[in-house]
Order: sequence, then C-alpha cells, then structure tokens
Amino acid sequence: MFGFGILSGLILVPLVGAAFILTLRGDDAAVQSNARWAALATTVVTLLLALVAWSRFDAGSAAFQLIETHPWLADKIQFKLGVDGFSMPFVVLTAFLMPFCILASWVSIGYRVKEYFVAFLVLEATMIGVFVSLDLVLFYLFFEAGLIPMFLIIGIWGHDRRIYASFKFFLYTLLGSVLMLLAIMAMYWEAGTTDIPTLLAHKFPANMQYYLWVAFFASFAVKMPMWPVHTWLPDAHVEAPTAGSVILAGILLKMGGYGFIRFSLPMFPEASVYFAPLVFALSVVAIIYTSLVALMQENIKKLIAYSSVAHMGFVTMGIFSMTEQGIQGAMFQMVSHGLVSGALFLAVGVIYDRMHTLRIDAYGGLVQRMPLYATVMMVLTMANVGLPGTSGFVGEILTLIGTFRANTWVAFFATSGVILSAAYGLWLYRRVIFGVIEKDNLRNIKDLNARELVVFVPLVALIIWYGVQPNYILDVFAAPTAELLKSTQAALSAVKTAAVAIH
Amino acid sequence: MYHAIVFLPLVGFLIAGFFGRLIGARASEVVTTSLLAVCAVLSWIAFVNVGFGSGTTHVQVAPWITSGDLVVNWAFRIDTLTAVMLVVVNTVSFLVHLYSIGYMHEDPARPRFFAYLSLFTFAMLMLVTADNLVQMFFGWEGVGLASYLLIGFWYEKPSANAAAIKAFVVNRVGDFGFALGIFMVFALFGTVAFDQIFPHAATVAKQTVHFIGFDWNAMNITCLLLFMGAMGKSAQFLLHTWLPDAMEGPTPVSALIHAATMVTAGVFMVARLSPLFEYAPVALIVVTVIGGTTAFFAATIGLVQNDIKKVIAYSTCSQLGYMFVGLGVGAYSAGIFHLFTHAFFKALLFLSAGSVIHAMHHEQDMRHMGGLRKYIPFTAAMMAIGNLALTGFPFTAGYFSKDAIIEAAYASHTPGAAYAFIMTVVAAALTSFYSWRLFFMTFEGKALWSGAGHGDPAHARADEAHAAPASAAAHGDGAHGAAASHGAAHGADDDHGHGHGAHTPHESPLVMLIPLAVLAVGALFAGYIFRSAFIGEGHDAFWKEALFTGPDNHILHAMHEVPGWVALSPSVAMLIGLAIAVWFYLADPRKPRELAASQPLAYNFLLNKWYFDELYDFLFVRPAKRLGRFLWKRGDGWLIDGFGPDGISARVVDVTDRTVRLQSGYLYHYAFAMLIGVAVLVTWYLVGGGAR
Repeated sequence: MFGFGILSGLILVPLVGAAFILTLRGDDAAVQSNARWAALATTVVTLLLALVAWSRFDAGSAAFQLIETHPWLADKIQFKLGVDGFSMPFVVLTAFLMPFCILASWVSIGYRVKEYFVAFLVLEATMIGVFVSLDLVLFYLFFEAGLIPMFLIIGIWGHDRRIYASFKFFLYTLLGSVLMLLAIMAMYWEAGTTDIPTLLAHKFPANMQYYLWVAFFASFAVKMPMWPVHTWLPDAHVEAPTAGSVILAGILLKMGGYGFIRFSLPMFPEASVYFAPLVFALSVVAIIYTSLVALMQENIKKLIAYSSVAHMGFVTMGIFSMTEQGIQGAMFQMVSHGLVSGALFLAVGVIYDRMHTLRIDAYGGLVQRMPLYATVMMVLTMANVGLPGTSGFVGEILTLIGTFRANTWVAFFATSGVILSAAYGLWLYRRVIFGVIEKDNLRNIKDLNARELVVFVPLVALIIWYGVQPNYILDVFAAPTAELLKSTQAALSAVKTAAVAIH
Repeated sequence: MYHAIVFLPLVGFLIAGFFGRLIGARASEVVTTSLLAVCAVLSWIAFVNVGFGSGTTHVQVAPWITSGDLVVNWAFRIDTLTAVMLVVVNTVSFLVHLYSIGYMHEDPARPRFFAYLSLFTFAMLMLVTADNLVQMFFGWEGVGLASYLLIGFWYEKPSANAAAIKAFVVNRVGDFGFALGIFMVFALFGTVAFDQIFPHAATVAKQTVHFIGFDWNAMNITCLLLFMGAMGKSAQFLLHTWLPDAMEGPTPVSALIHAATMVTAGVFMVARLSPLFEYAPVALIVVTVIGGTTAFFAATIGLVQNDIKKVIAYSTCSQLGYMFVGLGVGAYSAGIFHLFTHAFFKALLFLSAGSVIHAMHHEQDMRHMGGLRKYIPFTAAMMAIGNLALTGFPFTAGYFSKDAIIEAAYASHTPGAAYAFIMTVVAAALTSFYSWRLFFMTFEGKALWSGAGHGDPAHARADEAHAAPASAAAHGDGAHGAAASHGAAHGADDDHGHGHGAHTPHESPLVMLIPLAVLAVGALFAGYIFRSAFIGEGHDAFWKEALFTGPDNHILHAMHEVPGWVALSPSVAMLIGLAIAVWFYLADPRKPRELAASQPLAYNFLLNKWYFDELYDFLFVRPAKRLGRFLWKRGDGWLIDGFGPDGISARVVDVTDRTVRLQSGYLYHYAFAMLIGVAVLVTWYLVGGGAR
C-alpha cells in the first residue's frame, strides 16, 4: 500500500481519521455526531487492520516480523517498524480497547467533541508507534509524543482538579524520560546505531550497563508506575475522563513493562541481574503498600488506580525473576490487566455518567436497580481479585511461580497480596453494589443500556475465555521469552552460582 | 460419563443464570434440579464402577496453562476417593436443590439462587476430580466464590454481606498457604500433576529446601503450607471464624456448602495428597493436633449457643476436627469414612433445622422455640435420627466412623495422637450434650413462641443469658431485626416476620420432607453398609491406589485391636452427654441458668466464642485499616508527594517569587548584584589559583 506496510498503516489510519475530523467545520450536534462516527469507524478499521497483522504474524518465531524500513533522519536513524511476540499483543490490545473508549465517550463528552476525538486518535497512533518501533529514537519519539494528547485529555476533559493532575502526570513522566534520552545518546555513541535489533545483539560493557539500566529504569518505573513514583497515577485516574482512564490503565502503564522486557533485560542483562533485588523490593512494597492504601480509599477510581499499582508490582516482579513463568506471566498479566482494569474503569464510568460522583459512600444497593451491572461488576471484581477461571489468575500465578523459583521471600510477601486484594475488592463491591438503596437519587438509576452492553459483553467474555484458555496469548510470546532467557543466561548463571554458594 | 457428571451442573448454572428471568423461577428450579438428579444417578454408577471395579481413570479435557516447563491441563482423575466425593457432592446437592424448591418458595430471586447452587456444585466437582494442584485450586477458589455469593444471597442484610466477605477473605488467608504450597511443589517436582508428583515423593522427602530464610525438610514444609489451605476451607482452629458467620446464608446453603461438601474439601485435599503427607511426619502431627483442638474447642462453643444454626455450625467445625485427627494419625480412610457419613447426618440436621425455621417463620433463636414436637412430628423424628447418628449412637452411621477415628487416635503412636484421643473422647460427650440440648430446647418443654410481642428487649428472655443480660438483649434484638428486615425485604411474608402467635407452626411441604427422609436413611445405614469397604476387610480392594499409606503405617490393623474400654469410651461419653442434657433441659430446666450465673466468666468466654472475632479484629482488621490510612495520608500524601512533586513545585514557586522580588527595576540594584558577582568570581579564581 503506497510502499508502506501494514504496521505503518496501523499508525497512519488513526492519523488520517484525526485529520478528517479536523476538517469538519462547525460545532453543532450533527458535526459532533459525525466526529463520533468517524472516530468509531477509524478505530474499528484500525482494529481490523491489527487483526490482519496478527493473522500474518507467526507466533512460533522469536524474530521480528512484518519489518519495514524507510529512510528518516540521516542514514543511521531510520523509520523502522516491526513486531515480535512481545509487542504484537500490545498492538492488538491497543487497537481493541480503542473502539470501547470511543463508545464510552459517546455521550459523556459534551464540549470540544471534535478535539476530543482527535486527541484520542493521535494518542492511538503514538501508542501503536511505541510498540512497533524498531528504532530507539523513533521509540522515544512516540513514547514522549503520547504524553501530549493524554495531557490534553486529562487537562481539558477531566474533572475538578484536572489541571493539577495533568501537570503532575506530565512532569512526572517527562522527568523520567529525560534520563532515558541521555541513555539513548550514550548508546548511540557506544554502538553507533539506534537500530533496536542491532542493539539487542550488541554487548554493552558491564559498567556502562549499570548507568544505562538506571536511566531506562527511571523512565519505565514512573510509567509502570512503581512505588514510590506512583503518586501521579491515582490523581490522573481520578481526574481523567472515563476513556482516558481506560487508556491510561489499559495501555500507557504497559509501556513500562514493555520497556523492561524490550530493553532493560536483553540489552543490560548483567545490570538487570544486579538490580533485580531492588526491583523485587520495590515490587513487594508496591503490592502490599498500595493494597493497604486501596483498602482505605473513598473514591472508586482511586481505589482501582491503587489496585493497578499493586498489579503492576506483580509484573515487575515477574519480569525480573528472569524465569519463563515469570516473564510470560508478566506479559500475560499486562494483557489481562489491560482488559480487566480497562473494563473496570468503563464500569465506573457507567455510574459516573448517571450520578456524576465517584465517592463510594454516594452509592449502595445498586444491585436492586441494576442487576446486569452488578453481574458485570462481579465478574470484573473477581478477575481483579485473581479468581481462577478469569484472566487475572493466570498472570498472578505465573509471576508468583516464577518468582518463587528466584526468591522465596519475595514470593511469600507478594502472595499475601491475594488476601489484601480480596479484602479491598469485595469491600468496594459491598459498599457500592450490595445493601439497600438508601439514597433518593439512586432510586431511579437505570441499568446498562444497549450501547453499554455492547461494550461489556465482549470484554467480560474475553476475560473469562483467556482465564480458561490462556494459551492463546501465552503462545504468542513463548518463543521470544525462551530466546530472551537464552541470551541473558550467561549473566544469570554467573549470579546463580554465586547464590548457590551462599546457601 | 464423567464429562456429564462435572459439566451438567455448569449447564444448569448457565441456563438458570442467564435465562432465569426469561424462563421463570419454576423452570429454573426444574432444570437445575433435574440436571443434578442425572448427576447424582451417574455418580452412584461411577461409585460402583470405580470402587468395586476398575481402578483409576484419567479423562483429558483440554489444555489450560502452558508456560515453559509448567504444564497444567484441564483433566479428571477418577479414583475411589473421587468417586466417594462425587457421590457425596451430587447426592447432597440434588437433595438440597429439591429441598430448596420448598424452602425458598417465597423468595423472588429463586433463579439466581438455583444458579448459584449449581455453580457451586460445578466448582466442587472440579475440585474433587482435579488431576493437578492448579485445577484443584480452581475448584477451591470456585467453591469459595459460590459460598461468598450464597452467604451474601440476601444482600439487603448488612450482616450477610459482612459474613460473605469474611468467609472469602479468611479463606484467602488459607489459600495464601495453599498457593505457596503449589509453588513449592512445582519448585521441588517441576510439575503440578498428581501422577508425576506422587511417585517421586519418597525421593523429594529426603531433600532440604531453603524457604524464607530457613532450611526445611522439603516434604514437611510443603505439606504444612498446603494444610494451611485445608485449615481455611475446613474452618479449623485459628481459621474457623468464618464458618459460624456463614450461617447468614439460606439454610439449604448451610446444609450443602457449610456442612456436607465444601468444608470437607480440606479433608479431601489431605487425603488426596496422602502420598505426600505420608512422608511429612511433622505435618501429620500438626494435622492431628489442630484436628483434636478443633474438635474440642468448637464443641465447647456449641454448648452455649442459642441460634439453632450456629449450634450445628460449631458441630460441623468440631466434626471436621475429628476427620483431621483421622488423617493426622495416618488413618486416611477413617477420615474419609467420617466425611462420607457426616455428609448424610449433618445435611439431615441442617435441613431439619431449616424445616424448623420454616415452620417458625424464620425464627432461629432456640429460646423462642420449645414444644414443637407436637406440631412438626416428622421434622422432630428426622432431627432425632440426625442426632443419633451425630452422637454416635450404636449402629448408626456416625457410630462406625467416629469410633474408628477415636480408636485410630488411640492406636497411633505418633506424638499428638494421645492428645487427640483425649480431645475427641471429651468432644464426643460435649457433642452429645449440645445435640440433645438443641433437640430438647426446640422440640420439648414449654412452647415459648406463642407469647405476644416477643421482640421487645424485656422478653429477650433472661433464660440462659441471665449472666449477660446486655449481650443477650442485643442478641435477641439483632436476631429479631434480621428476621424482620428479611421478612420485609421479601415482601411475600411481611406478616410472618412478626407475631408468631398468630400462626401455629406447620409441617413443611413434601418436597422438603422427602430429602429429609432420604438423608435419614443414609444417616442410619451408610455406616453399617460401607463399613467394610471403607475401613474393614474390603479396604484395599475398595480404595486401591487412591489412598497411600507408607510401609510403616499399620494403623488400620492396629485400630481394630485396641482394648475394649477404648472402643467403648465414645459410647460412654455419648451417654454421659445425653444424661446431662436430659437432666439440664428436661428434668430441671432451671439448672442451666443457675450454672451460667455461677460461672459468668466461663459462660461468657464460650458464648463469645473464645473471643476470637474480637482478637482478630484487634490484631488484623483494625491495624490493616489504620496502616492503610497512614500509608495513604502520610506515606503518599505527606512523604512522597510532599517531598516529591508537590514539594518541588512549591520550592520552584518560592524561588521564582524571590527572583521576582529581586527584579526591582532599579538600575543600581542590578549593578550592585553584578558587582558582588564579579567580586565572588575573582575571589574564587584567586583562591583556587593560589591553591593550585
């Protein structure tokens, strides 16, 4: 297609859609409606394109596929795209969540409708760009560019404290990324290229690895977010519009984990082994600390945001366990969390649209008026709690099994997270859904309508399906995981012998 | 066939759950109940096939999780142990479905109720047919979910919601251990499938593992972790607090989940893993001691409870302790035998209690009952049969299984067995006392339910609660409040919540009585019929390789050769308990009150369940909340944000403010500042240069 491959298409289609919406003139109801439909059509086309890409993707191979290269800056820095088993699931996940975001914004966005959808489509293009870039500079560009539409989405269409939250979000993540930019330059001087496949094969000197690792870590840890740089997330979630939260939790957080797997582990294996205890410690603190904090939240979105931080703790822990189960579990947990937390924020959006409050104590007894909603929330809560049979379980148990092999203390404390997650999840459910309706304004609240059912049915179905048949996802990154571990084996074995000696 | 047994309840759940509102309550009841009937029949066929025919069968269903060397499949392992559980689960579940048609007939949410019941049955079947630990965990948590949903079935009641959450969270504490046990098994064996674990148990048992900073015998620590899961699910001492509260659920649920099936999952798990536990002597001692303690401790609490369901709940807890004693001393088949017979008579007791509650229009406080035998004679007879079996009256079901455990405890020479023997014999007397106390308070004596306005505190009678009038009044009020709100919430029986005097208690409909009769037959004869196969001469042919006993484990022979007084002791204990109950509640009804008044400390200790709820609230619940708030407000708010983003931005604003102030606009200010700068610069160069 015009000399471009399918991956360029995935980036271009949302941009074309955005450009089209920009050409719409006026701001009356008809134009707004056109903008909505155009955005929906664009995201659906992107999703279909992503599915085509997936069908052409060979999951048995660990190599980069669907590669396309175009000249860009100078000769060294190219516009190079490609996917492997680690990035493919995120591309599909991004394209999959996007139509739901558009649907969730259908009526709840009342002003600057065109601009809103433009921002979303640009955001989609940058997010897909992050996952398909095979050039470090290109990756950085997309990584940073994504901040701008998100900053606008929170800052313009957010709730009361949106300005504070958007600046906090922007500055926090930007600050983290500055160090990464320095590291990228250092890597260019060292290896003479910013081509990711070449860099993956390059062996960086050990002492340099430490600096580079820390620099990348600064960026990814904020993005994840890991404790103690997580405090931007609850504020951003609370203030963001529903669809913003979905993307934030569903996709943006995963860029951190993706970065660890794509860069930190394979490029700086020795530093990764060296710093693994630090990551373990921060992960465990995140799991227990944020679960406890989640327990006491008074705002529904904030509670889910804190639980996201806890779930991301499992991801970082799994990745740095450097076992097959740990890494595959982390990948799976990220995909699963994308579905589950995305759906949870959509579900919260449903009652926010009706009542315009996120305070837990403003609700209660919803089950009597909204049985369908209560059912959806029950499935989502259970998936969030990690009940076997939902996708939430698979990621949790794999990361824990992997970590148990690496360090029993970490697994011991992290497993206690399952108790706390049950406590905050069920307590939230009880306060919002169960009980008797006591507030007058809840007495006429409506159950899910057709549009909302269209949103939730596929999400719930996938959450259960991948809980029962997770291999459909696990197989996608089985080969690259094995490959990744083989290449880091040398660094690992050195440390392992040291560990055995200690025992 | 096994596919049908396991998945038909799932089909029932999906039909009643998704289309319940479409097809109506009656159709949901019929569909789920008839599917369970099919399952029950098939289970008995499977029981005969497996128990008295071929050995283990494997059924591969589908792959589940594959990651590196971790391979988990959906698969069934059908051996005698599974077959026994299939029979127990599906029979009781079918009878409870049937019974619920009558018991729940006033409830508008019946499709949901039957959907949950079937969902529970499905999860339980997945648990007992699991051929690997992870699938077992799936069933394990699945029954936990169903239990949560059913305890909180009447979601208007705050107490029911609280009980549901408590059940789930306390179980998760156990599951924390179970999960770590699974990880440990995988780390040691490299697999989670039973077939591949069991042959290597003896080798692994010699290993030492390093776990959270200590060196442990591999098999002991593994089994201890797994047993923690069993303690949670089977409500053993320390993790028992959820079970009495779980009685907030509808009574058929209590019978099915919290007596006959789910709570025995822990017993099943230990028996299933007997090839591992046989090599874990320390873990077995812990099992024995915890079991013995629970048997005794729960029975003591049962002595003074006034809620008819709570008495039976503590009785269940206590009987589960017996089963663990059987397992702990190595007599796995005796433990499972008691599980088997217990399912019949405990389900019978609960369903009979449900019949009483039904007759009394949702009154559960025994202090407001009495003299009911004349009005509901059939229920009374069924309750009596259940009591006979529970207390181990000669030749009833409980007699064979309970005595076997007590004899095994005596015959065993492992540490802790003697303790367990004493505890179980004492508990036998206590069991007899509280069971007959329940019977006499409910069915005999003066009718205490006909008085008008029983709900006012003055009437929350100072009967037994004399020693603690305040708490008794609160209790009476609470019970009444719950009943009233329940009645109101269910619309149909608005007038039932109050004024029992207006109605005379009535016998339940046939659809509720038939299950009672069937269970009564089991309670009377299941012990006698299956005694030989489970623990007698037919033992080896029946169990085949399903239960593993090590080469040094001769307990099954030894327990048949105990001295005569040992064999008699449970029966004597039973008679003592019965005699005291007759004395206290028939001959001299003022006696209990006097005793309670004379021993207020002991009485309150028991009435308040050894203060475990208060202790845990103090130790765990409140600190967790306080810590959560502290970390949120001080940790996130003050420390991280205060010194991080907010602090920095505040400092930036400060500095800019000051800079702005410097920009006074007067030329000489700038000139002065520049001069100072030059001076500093020159000085620095001079000093620096001089130093160089």
